[in-house]
Amino acid sequence: MPQMNMVQAINDALRLELRRDPRVVLLGEDVGKVGGVFRVTQGLQEEFGADRVIDTPLSEGGIIGAAIGMALYGMRPVPEIQFSDFIFPAFDQIVSELAKFRYRSGGEYPAGMVIRTPVGGGIRGGHYHSQSPEAYFIHTPGLKVVCPSNPYDAKGLLLASLRDPDPVLFFEPKRVYRAARAEVPEGDYTVPLSQARVVREGRGVTVIAWGAMLYEALEAANEAARQGIDCEVLDLRTLWPVDIDAVVASVKKTGRVVVVHEAPRSCGFGAELIALLNEKAFLHLEAPPVRVTGYDTPFPYTLEMDYLPLAARILPALVETARY
Amino acid sequence: MREEFVLDEVVTVLREDGSADPATDPGLPEDTLVRLYKHLVLTRAVDERLVTLQRQGRIGFHIGSLGEEAAILGSAAALYDDDWLFPCYREFGALLLRGMPLQTYLDNMYGNGRDPVKGRQMPDHYTGRPYRFGSVSSPIGTQITQAVGFSWAAKLRGEKIAASVYFGDGATSSSEFHNGLNFAGVFKTPTVFLCRNNGWAISVPVAQQTASPTFAQKGFAYGVPGVRCDGNDLLAVYKVTRDAVDRARAGGGPTLIELLTHRLSGHSTSDDPKAYRAEAEMQAERARDPLPRLRRHLELRGLWSEAAQRAHTDALEAGLKAAVQSAEAAAAPSVETLFDDVFAARPWHLEEQRAACLAAPRARGHGAH
Repeated sequence: MPQMNMVQAINDALRLELRRDPRVVLLGEDVGKVGGVFRVTQGLQEEFGADRVIDTPLSEGGIIGAAIGMALYGMRPVPEIQFSDFIFPAFDQIVSELAKFRYRSGGEYPAGMVIRTPVGGGIRGGHYHSQSPEAYFIHTPGLKVVCPSNPYDAKGLLLASLRDPDPVLFFEPKRVYRAARAEVPEGDYTVPLSQARVVREGRGVTVIAWGAMLYEALEAANEAARQGIDCEVLDLRTLWPVDIDAVVASVKKTGRVVVVHEAPRSCGFGAELIALLNEKAFLHLEAPPVRVTGYDTPFPYTLEMDYLPLAARILPALVETARY
Repeated sequence: MREEFVLDEVVTVLREDGSADPATDPGLPEDTLVRLYKHLVLTRAVDERLVTLQRQGRIGFHIGSLGEEAAILGSAAALYDDDWLFPCYREFGALLLRGMPLQTYLDNMYGNGRDPVKGRQMPDHYTGRPYRFGSVSSPIGTQITQAVGFSWAAKLRGEKIAASVYFGDGATSSSEFHNGLNFAGVFKTPTVFLCRNNGWAISVPVAQQTASPTFAQKGFAYGVPGVRCDGNDLLAVYKVTRDAVDRARAGGGPTLIELLTHRLSGHSTSDDPKAYRAEAEMQAERARDPLPRLRRHLELRGLWSEAAQRAHTDALEAGLKAAVQSAEAAAAPSVETLFDDVFAARPWHLEEQRAACLAAPRARGHGAH
């Protein structure tokens, strides 16, 4: 089985689907000739032509608006937003239009598509190349939100998303685009949406993470193990609809939970996860649920490693929660 | 400014005396002319009835096309059957012209259980996929880029059709107008942009919407040809739209059409134009009403008469009355439908919320239109 990084695995998924389904088109800024600023779509325009891997004008609103029209026609557009920090010019099209199309048309106009976009910090990108805007989209009825942590899942989740009837926001954690390498099967396979994965089994504390922060959570869990704390680490993989059964089962087992995410704390997805656990596992909780997150500040440049919820900051939360 | 960019020519066909200018007359068959005039009258009658129903508190809202019927119906009629139409929110007349039964439209106005939108949106937010007609939303201009994407997809898939998209003068200030025109210009999409310049965006006049002498000329900068036409002259609207549609279908790319018309009412039933418009000005606009204008032409050609008008009006009033009664009597959508179509299938959280909703006490007056 070949070793791939996440960039290669996503490229492989796109190539497979472009070959399999003539309705699939890729569009975005720099996705064609240069293969994307992160080279995720490299070589695809060469193989499939400029009509299927399309360099567009520099307008996120135009990219998503046009992609919606393509989806209404019956295509399977895969728009790329170069950085998820730049998704906001398209926010109206995503939130007011894409998310509501099936509902508002009484089912006449489904608009399935996958919006791919790199997410997260740790790459010295400052305010505008580092943010994690997933909560805005989770809060919007009608959207699915996916964030893989590794090459195997990235390919399988992307293929599943591309075949899903609903609009999917596919957040690609750019900090681990090339850092995470793994064996990835060459052919077609899917990782089903809304299924979390237990990455590390344990009985002491449940740690919930996704994307690049999964590695920080794992590092902290391994360190905690040396201190006799047995953590279970859950990679959500699909943020919404979340795999509620997996989350609740793990927390019922451990009685303790720490949620890790890069996005600002207040009204972040961690808040929703903890609210859900209060509703569904309250009597099993033996310690207050804890969030280790980005701060409620704009994402900083020089101090980004202080902002990010890295292992050093997760570890004390694990210890405190375990010993509460 | 260079003269060719200003576009002060306005295409007209119908003259004061009711005759047609042979230089621009699209030469529609007689039965088509009569059918379109009948639709103008129908659209006007439905509009007026809906305003009354809203004033009586029987429907919640209406946003109509009073004064703009020729701009809407003339352009919709110029589409071929396999072309698509992306509406703004004043195009119910076009939806009826494309085949939606009047009853279905009224079901939408009442948001009842037969409404294709299942009562989920305000009145006049219809959907008409069977008629190759888009789905209405309230945000301004969003349909413009969508129509571009739709027609672009058709082009990429080798289907030789056009998509038309309606929007008002106010929408030309939105980023969507810029995005749509720019993408259409770059990718030469078969899109026909129909700007209904009715002079007003709620209370804001055109002079405060743009410093550009015309809206049509905005196309030049995007590489999209612009044309202006008398939007109260159904034959002129038909002519310029059909030319643009033919060009689009033949691979010639997009066109921006500015339809000069008047809004002979408030923005919607929620608006009172007396606060910002002089009555004298509206009187002058009423004198340019598109309905008598086409009627004069038909009468001149012996295709229409007072007797025909009476017969048509009587028939449509009877149909309208029956449809209103039926829509009013129809049951509201069942509460279960609240949770359908958010996704293709209901995820766990919607199953939970649905069950909770069905078990919850209902507020009084629930399901009222």
